[in-house]
Amino acid sequence: MNLPEGVQYRTIGGDRTLATRGPQVSDESTDEGWRAWDPGRSKLGAMLDAGMETGLTGGETVLYLGAAAGTTPSHVADFAGPTYAVEFAPRPVRDLVAVARDRDRLFPLLKDARRPETYAHTVEPVDTIVQDVATRGQAAVALENRQFLREDGRLLLAVKARSEDVTREPEAVFEAATAELEEGYELLDRRRLDPRHEDHLAVVARPR
Amino acid sequence: MTGDTAAGWFQDVDPGDTEGARAAIEDGSADGPADWPGLAVEADFAADEDDYYSRLRAATLRAATAASRERERADDNQLTHSLRAMDDARRTANELAERVAEWAGSLGWPEDAAAVADREPGEPGERRLVALATRVRSLEEEAAALRGHVERTAPSVAPNLSALAGPILAARLVSLAGGLEALARKPSGTLQVLGAEDALFAHLQGGAPSPKHGVIYTHEYVRGTDPAERGSAARALAGKLTIAARVDHYSGDRRATLDRELDERIERIRTRGDG
Ligand SMILES: C[S@@+](CC[C@H](N)C(=O)[O-])C[C@H]1O[C@@H](n2cnc3c(N)ncnc32)[C@H](O)[C@@H]1O
Repeated sequence: MNLPEGVQYRTIGGDRTLATRGPQVSDESTDEGWRAWDPGRSKLGAMLDAGMETGLTGGETVLYLGAAAGTTPSHVADFAGPTYAVEFAPRPVRDLVAVARDRDRLFPLLKDARRPETYAHTVEPVDTIVQDVATRGQAAVALENRQFLREDGRLLLAVKARSEDVTREPEAVFEAATAELEEGYELLDRRRLDPRHEDHLAVVARPR
Repeated sequence: MTGDTAAGWFQDVDPGDTEGARAAIEDGSADGPADWPGLAVEADFAADEDDYYSRLRAATLRAATAASRERERADDNQLTHSLRAMDDARRTANELAERVAEWAGSLGWPEDAAAVADREPGEPGERRLVALATRVRSLEEEAAALRGHVERTAPSVAPNLSALAGPILAARLVSLAGGLEALARKPSGTLQVLGAEDALFAHLQGGAPSPKHGVIYTHEYVRGTDPAERGSAARALAGKLTIAARVDHYSGDRRATLDRELDERIERIRTRGDG
């Protein structure tokens, strides 16, 4: 399986887990500088753990949409290059800033991912977009941010069915979302992240 | 630089000006991305790529810290102001409407303020009465407009709380607690009796029964539950609203599972009552 450079399976605190090497975040358990990356709490972690072909090799430039408190972005910044982390809720940004302070190239941006023009003056073209916004219109967000992706770049997207429509069957929501996505992307892989992330679909795509 | 050149955040920022850099990140915009590190070096904003990234790092950390602090304070604060203004406008309108009714009744006119406002006044006293009734009507309109504003803004300040409680009750809880953070820190037993402080005080002084609910009484899940089970319903509702307020404050993520869990809890409480 292809894990990016800088991501490994390690035994930390007695458990075998994905891990990255970087500054400790709050009081998480570490082992010789390696930080446990729990795929149960991270959709990108679950994608890697499921062996999806993410195209990540380590050192790439990343735009991360839906950074929240920085749990997954911290691991991304550990193995990737410059990482632009967009989050629009003020409270989690406070924690994201704390995580970014300990890292050289993790840039927190309090911005709305539906309004890319408000951060296009700051974000350079990237190799990878990671998107985990858990809000309505997830495919539209991916399409609007496609402009940041290099031609041979990858979109790594998590779609949460319940954020789109609680009443519809998740599969129907996923069908609609991927169909919309195809207006701007070619889908390379898709996989449900159940049971770790209930009613979530992971998508790997490249711009067309 | 010419107008055609794509302008990055550093365009009009002096390399030493941290405040200007913060403002540029926060308020700037561009049509699309560009090779900002390369352009910044070309424009002599930074010596090399590493230098650029450390400047970018300082600017984004500053901007994110300042903007999140400001927005966090601003949002629930604004919501509280508009809710209180709505209450004041409504209370004042009611008070004046009573005065209008009393005055109009003494003249043998219809007592409804809206009807009084449409009358043709004859004497100077009647003119004042009609003017007052007109004020009542516009105050009522303002109260309705403020209500609409609260309904539109509460879901962005507290998405989960607004979904579970309805936007008005959500705003009222935030207002009574003195902010979303303060609400998120309260135990659910306190949220349950928010707005019933007088009754609680009387209870603590001795004698009076302890209040089972404060403003959450206006929620259909309390009011519409059989009196025998109402205390349980209030407790269950307060429990879920407390979780919703915490999710709103600490993560901002919308969790529709909370809605369903609350629905099911209340359903169980109500059917237990039937049994
Ligand atoms: C499921 S959480 C992300 C968790 C994070 N990716 C991790 O694994 O650590 C979704 C986040 O997306 C944010 N979000 C939702 N809509 C957004 C938007 N339009 N712009 C930016 N962030 C958004 C929410 O505030 C929330 O913090």
